Amino acid sequence: MPTKIEKDSVTGTETTGHEWDGIKELNTPLPKWWIYTFYATIAFSLVYYVLYPSIPGIRGYFAGTLGYDQRIDVANDLAAAQQQHAPYVTRIGQASLDDIKADPQLYTFASTGGRIAFNNNCAGCHQVGGAGAKGYPNLADDDWIWGGKVEEIIQTIRHGVRSADADTRQNAMPRFGLDGMLKRNEIDDVANYVLSLSGAKHDAAAAGRGAPIYAEQCVACHGEKGVGNPEVGAPRLSDGIWLYGGDLKSVTESIASARAGMMPSWGERLDEATIKMLAVYVHGLGGGK
Amino acid sequence: MDSAAESKARPVNADPPLVRAARKAEPIPAASTSLYAERVRVYPRRVRGAYRRVKWALLGFCLAVYYLLPWLRWDRGPTAPDQAVLIDMPGRRAYFFMVEIWPQEVYLLTGLLVLGAVTLFLVTSLLGRVWCGYACPQTVWTDLFMLVERLIEGDRNTRMKRDQSPISAAKVILKTVKHGAWLAIAAATGGAWVLYFKDAPTVLVELFTGRSSVEVYFFVGLFTATTYVLAGWAREQVCTYMCPWPRFQAAMQDEQTLAVTYRAWRGEPRGKHKQGDSWDGRGDCVDCRGCVHVCPTGIDIRDGQQLECINCGLCIDACDEVMRKVGRPTGLIAFATLAGEAARARGEPWHYRLIRPRTIIYAAVLIVACLAMTAALVFRPITELHVLKDRMPIFVALSDGDIRNGYTVKVLNKSRDGADFNLTVEGLAGATMTFGGATVAGAPTLEIEARPDAVATYYVHVRAPRSSLSGEQNPVTFVMKDEKGETIARTETVFAGPGR
Repeated sequence: MPTKIEKDSVTGTETTGHEWDGIKELNTPLPKWWIYTFYATIAFSLVYYVLYPSIPGIRGYFAGTLGYDQRIDVANDLAAAQQQHAPYVTRIGQASLDDIKADPQLYTFASTGGRIAFNNNCAGCHQVGGAGAKGYPNLADDDWIWGGKVEEIIQTIRHGVRSADADTRQNAMPRFGLDGMLKRNEIDDVANYVLSLSGAKHDAAAAGRGAPIYAEQCVACHGEKGVGNPEVGAPRLSDGIWLYGGDLKSVTESIASARAGMMPSWGERLDEATIKMLAVYVHGLGGGK
Repeated sequence: MDSAAESKARPVNADPPLVRAARKAEPIPAASTSLYAERVRVYPRRVRGAYRRVKWALLGFCLAVYYLLPWLRWDRGPTAPDQAVLIDMPGRRAYFFMVEIWPQEVYLLTGLLVLGAVTLFLVTSLLGRVWCGYACPQTVWTDLFMLVERLIEGDRNTRMKRDQSPISAAKVILKTVKHGAWLAIAAATGGAWVLYFKDAPTVLVELFTGRSSVEVYFFVGLFTATTYVLAGWAREQVCTYMCPWPRFQAAMQDEQTLAVTYRAWRGEPRGKHKQGDSWDGRGDCVDCRGCVHVCPTGIDIRDGQQLECINCGLCIDACDEVMRKVGRPTGLIAFATLAGEAARARGEPWHYRLIRPRTIIYAAVLIVACLAMTAALVFRPITELHVLKDRMPIFVALSDGDIRNGYTVKVLNKSRDGADFNLTVEGLAGATMTFGGATVAGAPTLEIEARPDAVATYYVHVRAPRSSLSGEQNPVTFVMKDEKGETIARTETVFAGPGR
């Protein structure tokens, strides 16, 4: 350490005393305000460490003397939001479906709340906007397996399809091929007849042979000319809407092995008001009866 | 006086301001390269004259506009606020007399800023920085604060003496009264600011009864603080160091621009003059330093045009008074041009040229901007139709083979009257429409209501037979017609289908 601090002759500033290749560094200390601001931030952080959650441990962390937790904030926010919604939710829970439809304010709340509940619970299978996918019905069209009235939609949501619920929607199409009820060529003929019902591409001769088989095996559920029967969940076969595909191969497979999609029951998981709101939303997607 | 000798030896406008400021301050060691200049306190002396009167008049006008404009009423009917000038943030509207602006029309405010800038350019190329000297809020409030200061503390010499004297009861009282008065004006300024954002009578009552929001008190406090600090303490330092305008105003000025000018050819060589002495062989400047003492930025105009000069002309008033006293013609300092003074110094005649390429260009730009703004304002649509196609699902195939698409339709109605319109879709044979969620049969047209001063949103289903589609994307046009069948708005979009 030099006993005498050297001053640079050009600028009059003190040097650090270090020298590299004949070049000396000037000692220009940080401004005072900067230093004190820095000290203030250190003091602040010490206080913060004591008051707020700060030091991590192996099994937990030091929670701070104020007991602050962001999860509490979230819970409070959620509670506040729920309290704000409560009057509407109560009204929806008590109101009949006709009352909800008649009150524009209530209807807007129900369909908006229904959309959010749909995106949280249903969109995983039925897709956003109820667009559907193979095996998961499109809810925006006007073709309904179990009925498209609001009450019928509520029933389906609440108890599900082929679920563990006691009142679940339940039916079973026979496995005509796997269980040997029909021969391979008979299945082909019936498939062609089914395709002919909606005017799709088919083999007219095979369809002619399939007509009597259809009348014998299928008409009880699917109805004359394939009009379907929502009472027993028998899909309409005379339109262009196919849950598992409308080509000859897919229809043949449906007859041979049957299909049995399932939907969980939501009665225990969602409250009455939410189920009502869901039904109002789904009904309003465009296909409601 | 050594300073006089100094200015005499100095060529006109030779020194950069920082060097000059450094020289004004205490002598600094030659070894130091510090660029920091200590502020030299300015004590402007009272002055009377033509330019001072213009400055008082403009000051009164500007302050009156600022404080009184929010109180002006303008009837817009029962559904709209009746304040002539109002920026309604929560309501998302701005009102300026008969003009009402929606948020998406904020480009009109941008246009207003462009107009302001070009006007400033034009005026500066003609008259120099008169904006700075007469109408800039910094100048107006600083002038007001200086007036208050003079009324309470006395004129230049008294104030200088008091500031150098040791502390006394009288000094403390006077200073307290002055700062109290300044703070009162500053609070009135900050208080008036918020009147532009909410109904003025209501907000004033709320302010004084403690019922305004924290935000309102914050902005009142903010503008009180800035007014007090900038007009009371910072003053000319705002113009010299903070404001960007003096830095690039030189680009608008040329040798034909009128600016406050000391006529060196007439004034030099300067010197003291006793009554009865001859005026032969010397200039008209008697070196009384009156021009320096009255200057609000504390400069010597005899150094030539300089960055700190705000072109207020108070030095002209001070000089003319002295010239009359000593019996010489007035106008030793005057609004004059560099080219004109150079010509006069050579003894040649000079005429001011108002029309020059620069002023023609600025005026042309100004006219074009004015026309564009007026056209934008007059021809802006009062009713707008926006259509947003639903993308999830892109389309829905129905059981009878028809294809259905969903659209969100928004109808903007900027007028204060509601209207009913008929909505149809063109470009799609056999298309029918229903409101989303409705279980009624579709119709070729939908009746929609455009509520007054609002955006009405409808969810619309359009249904068309598969045979009328030409591909996956079918261009269609939503057309909105009024009850007389006149087309009000058209919006193009697409109708999606499964393709061939």
